[in-house]
This record gives sequence, C-alpha cells and structure tokens, in this order.
Amino acid sequence: MNLSDHPFFVWPFVAGMAFLCIYLPAVYLKWLRKTSIRDRKKISAAIFSAKTIRAIREIFSECLLHRRIFRFNPTLGYMHMSLAFGWFLLIVVGKTETMLYTRDGFNPPYLPVFFKYFYPDHIPANFKGLFFLTLMDLLLLFVLSGLTLAIFKRFKSKFLGMKKTTRHILPDRIALTFLWLIFPLRWLAESLTSGVYNAGGFFTLSSGRALASLLPAEQLLLPAWWAYSIALGGFFVALPFSRYMHIFTEAALILLKHWGVKTTKRENGYTDFEIHSCSRCGICANVCQLSTDAEINHSQAVYFLRDLRYNRLQPDTAENCLFCGRCSAACPVDIQVDDIRLQQRTARANRCAPAIRRPASQLPGTPEPGSILYFAGCMTHLTPSIKEAIRTILNRADVKFSILDEAGGICCGRPAMQAGFRQQAESIIQQTTEMILRSEASLLLVSCPICYKVFNEEYQLPIPVKHHSVFFKELAAAKPGLFKNSRKRITFHDSCELGRGSGIYEEPRELLCRVAHLVPTAHEREDALCCGGSLANLAISPAQRDLITDTAYEQLIAPAPDYVVTSCPMCKKTFSKGKRDIPVVDIAEALQMALTPEEKPVRVKVGKRAEVLV
Amino acid sequence: MKPANDKWGFRAEGSEQINLDKADSSLYRRLLNREPGFAVCLFCGSCRATCTSGNEGMNFRLAHLLLQRGETARLKSLTDPCLLCGKCTLVCPRNVNIRAVVYNLKIMLHEPF
Repeated sequence: MNLSDHPFFVWPFVAGMAFLCIYLPAVYLKWLRKTSIRDRKKISAAIFSAKTIRAIREIFSECLLHRRIFRFNPTLGYMHMSLAFGWFLLIVVGKTETMLYTRDGFNPPYLPVFFKYFYPDHIPANFKGLFFLTLMDLLLLFVLSGLTLAIFKRFKSKFLGMKKTTRHILPDRIALTFLWLIFPLRWLAESLTSGVYNAGGFFTLSSGRALASLLPAEQLLLPAWWAYSIALGGFFVALPFSRYMHIFTEAALILLKHWGVKTTKRENGYTDFEIHSCSRCGICANVCQLSTDAEINHSQAVYFLRDLRYNRLQPDTAENCLFCGRCSAACPVDIQVDDIRLQQRTARANRCAPAIRRPASQLPGTPEPGSILYFAGCMTHLTPSIKEAIRTILNRADVKFSILDEAGGICCGRPAMQAGFRQQAESIIQQTTEMILRSEASLLLVSCPICYKVFNEEYQLPIPVKHHSVFFKELAAAKPGLFKNSRKRITFHDSCELGRGSGIYEEPRELLCRVAHLVPTAHEREDALCCGGSLANLAISPAQRDLITDTAYEQLIAPAPDYVVTSCPMCKKTFSKGKRDIPVVDIAEALQMALTPEEKPVRVKVGKRAEVLV
Repeated sequence: MKPANDKWGFRAEGSEQINLDKADSSLYRRLLNREPGFAVCLFCGSCRATCTSGNEGMNFRLAHLLLQRGETARLKSLTDPCLLCGKCTLVCPRNVNIRAVVYNLKIMLHEPF
C-alpha cells in the first residue's frame, strides 16, 4: 500500500492527539502562572540540576511501574503496570519498529499506531524484524491481561485487594469506555489484517486465521481500523476531563515536587496539579476508617479531590475527615490531601473567627532561666493523671522544670487551625510564643502530640520542642537506674499526630521496651489506626466516632496485653470512654509505674533517745 | 420635687419577659438540623466548667439557652473566644457534639441566612 493515499480512518486519532497536544500545555501553563513567584524561582533554579534526574527516575518507577501500588497489592500493581508500562512500551517499540522499517525517523505520528494497516503483508526477512513482530504481539498480550484484570476489578474488587472500588462520574465512565475498547479493537483490527494477508506475529496471526475462517474478514477490516481510531481519538478528547488527566499531570507533579514546590496554605497553581494528579484508584478510600468502620462514604480523599476539581465541593465533604493521614500515607501519587483539605476549610471559615487578644498572662512562679518548660495542653488537663505522672518522674530525676499552663487556659492553636480559623490560630500562636520566650526556658516539653506538631511546624521557637516520649527516652538512657522492667505485656498505640504527623515511631518503642514487654499489633507505625477522637473532624457524629474507637481498641487488645499504652492524652481519653477491660494508659503513666522504688529513709536509734535518718 | 419613680430610690425597669411564641428560633433550628444530637443537652454546665476559654467569656450553656429563646444578639461575643479545643465534647454526659455545634454556629453567624 502506498503511504501517500491517506486513508480517512486515521483522522479521529490525529484530531484527538492534536487536541491533547494543544490543551495540555495550555492548561499546565495556566496553572504554573497561578503559582507564586517564589515557586517559579525555585523551578528555574532547579530545572537543570540533579533534581530533574531524580524526578525522572521517580516518574519511571511511579507513573509507569507503579511501585507503590505493588507494595499495596501485587495483583493491583500488575494491573496498573501492565496498562501504563505496557502502553508506553507499545508506543516506544512501535515507533522504533516503524523507523527501522521505513528508514525514516520523521514518519507521521499515526504510522506506528496503524503500522499493520499500512504494511499488512510485512513478513520480516531477518531476525530483527521477527523480534519486533513478536515483541509487539507480546506487549499487546501484556496490556490485554491488565485490561482483563481491570474489568474483573470493577465487579470483584476484593480479588485485587480492594474492599470497594471508586464510584465514578460521567466523564470518567466515558473515558473508561473508550480506554477499555482501545486494546481489544487494536487486537481485532490487527488480527483481521493478519488473517486477510496471512502475515503477522504469533498471536495476531493465529487469532486472525481463526477470525478469517469465521467472519468476512475483508469486509470487516476497514470498519475495525475505524473503530480503533475512534476509540483512541475519543479517549484523547475525554482524557483531560476525566480521571485519566492523572497520566500526564502526575509526571508534572513529580517534577514540581522534586524542584521544591510545596502545598501552601492558600490554594494556588500547585493545588491544581495535585488535584488533577489523583487517578481515583481508591486506595485512600480503602484504608479510610470512616469508610471501613463508620459507613461514611462520601468524604474520602478521592471524593474530596474529585468534588474540588469539578467545583462541586460541599462543606461537609471537607469537614468530615479525621486528618489521621492514613490516606496520604497510602497514596501512590503522594498527594498531600490533608493540606488541600485545610486550604478549603480555611477559605470557608477563616473570617468566621476573629483574632483573639488575651491579657498578658503571668507565668506561675518565677522559672529559673535555662530550666525546662512543660506545656500540658488542653487534653492533658482533661487527663490530669498524665500531668501528675510527668511531674513525679521529673521530680524523681531531679529535673528543674516549670509548667507553662498550670492554671489551664492556654491553647496551642492547632484545633482552631484545623477547623480553618487561621487568623484566630495565628493570634494564639503569637501570644503563646511571647509567653514561652519570656520564660527563658532551654527546652519546651510537650505531652500532647497535637500541640507538639503545631509547636514544631507553626511556632518559630528558638528552643527545641520535645514530646515527652522522646524526652523520657533520653532521660532513661542518661539515668539507667531510674526505671525497672516490669515484664508486663503491653501494646503501643501510635497516635496520628505523633506517628504519621511527626514521624516519631521508634523513640516511644525503645522507651517502652526498657520498662515492659512490648508486643506488636496488626496495625503498626505508618499503618496505625486512628482512635477516632481526632479534633479535626467537624462533622462526624459521636456514635460514628465510637464505631471507629471500638475497632481500633479491639486491634490493640487482640494480643491480650496487660495494658495498652498511648502517647497522646486525646487517644487515652477516647479509648477510656465506656467500660474497658484492659486499661489504656499514657506512656508517662507507664513510666511512673516502672519507676524504681524510692529508698525510704530508715530510722536508726542512736543511744537511748536520739534517732537519725539514714 | 423628685420624679415619682425615684421616690423610693429605685425604679421599675421594663419587663424582661420573653414571649417564646414570638421568638425567632430559625438559627436554632438550622443548627439542630446540622447537629440533631444537640437537642438532648440538659444544661448541666460541664462544658462551661472545663472550658479553656471560659475566662474569656466563652459560655456554651448560655449560648444554647439564648439560641433557644431566639436572642441572637449576644451569641457572637459568647462564642468568639472558643478555640475549638474540644474538651467540652469529651466531658459532655449527654454525648452532645458541642465542638461541632459551636463550629457551625460560628460559621452561621457570619453567613447570610
């Protein structure tokens, strides 16, 4: 067949591809212009550096091989990889094959796609040609195997490790239909051509011969190529308006991330890249405790990002989230969805809470400059046994300290911030910072991970901030005789704010191993469950919270421990609600129990009347 | 001569009686619609007793009472100091989602009806 007679069937494909080539750069430029000048400076400084190479490596392993999904579930990983990497190889190998065959590097873009149509009687003369023919057939089989799994997953998601699959909207369904049609139609068109011309690879030739014996292959040949081209063109046009926008946007996002662009407090162009990078794979919904325990199925990261993208976000969708961070930890695209959620909450609620001016508070007593300042926080005031335990341990260890909020009444500002009351939170942060600076303390000790996170991230304090689990770990190492091992069986609950929120997993475990026998549970570290008490959720009902709490508690007591240890007063309070067979204590209380007994002074008689204390 | 009502050194002010039939409870109903569990509050005052911002004038118990009576004028000053720390919700004996009620009330007071 002569190349010069352009068959009309290539036009749907060419039009679709042309649309994509114009639309994508235009929309990416629009988003880039919405980013801050600082971000753009960062990009231009990093674009020709090793960061770009690292980004390309990540694009290869995440966008094509889907390494993170493999870690979640190998079958699901294979499904995603065969579609992405398989299609990518089909394009690359197809282009190479065409270039070798035509000996022309600048052949039209549709030629590799419809290669078999233009050279149907191509029988390779040498090993190289045969190799490409076989490879292309193998790749088609590879993609078709992934497609079979994808169709199977729609109906039986459990098979691929998913409790439920994402509910899709119309643009997704349209794009999905085109996508599912592309490869079966390619196979059909190539097989029919092979059958008619009696030439092709091992797969298409054998299926083509079978088809030709059953069907009028010659009459069906052109319609099949038309259908294939329409499916491709249709998919390309539907792509930017559906979840498949993630294919290209994810790569752009990885580049921006490596160049140093971060999610900001206000929505900007980077947010657009993030929300369009979500492939709606549904892994976040699968690990979300609201979905698994409390039957809340509308506010998961995937639905939040979707509604935000299509401008149909309801306040409840942004508010009904525990901010536990399980979705971000599991996200194969690494979208910081909690930050985006906070942007939306702030945009709605910020003006509804005014900045607060409080009378300059006095510090209790006069702390010695250089001593430790302990901030208990609201939640520790609600669980005073934790405060007492910390006081006892510090006194026994002869650590000089003062308590910043002895009388209560000081909040760290994080709850207001999580609700979107940013200006109110900032006013609190400013005033609390002044109080801390006035104390001239050398270290801020915090017993609540919620406070700890905000002290670390939002306060610009010149002194170190330590969570009590980290502080006591160092104390125990410095004073080995302070605690003894009780040999009690315990399990440890990673609180969201300390674990996923602040990355502190090992310190509390090392400390607990000193004083008790720590047994593992089913959900540890990054996979830890939320207690359900999270202050971040503004919409959940108390009954739904209880469902989450009960499941998390059952997981913690499954190894039959003597008691459960938490690192957060909020978790302790939440777990202690109602009747619990196995008590939940804070890490400070566990340490208090493990303190070596104080040697009581003994009275010794000296002479007839006098006594001395020894 | 002194005015008659100053004769005894005090005067009778206008009545503070509230006509509940004419009270505007639209805000209260909107809140109830958002947080139905709010209705079981028995005004025990535990929320007020544990409040971090109590000294600054935050008073959920009073805010609830005024809401029911439709006296919305003072609500803003009664809820503005709230920092949403959530202690009230954790101590509530009736399991009222107080924190969510205050959050929604703050939003509703700023949003047009």
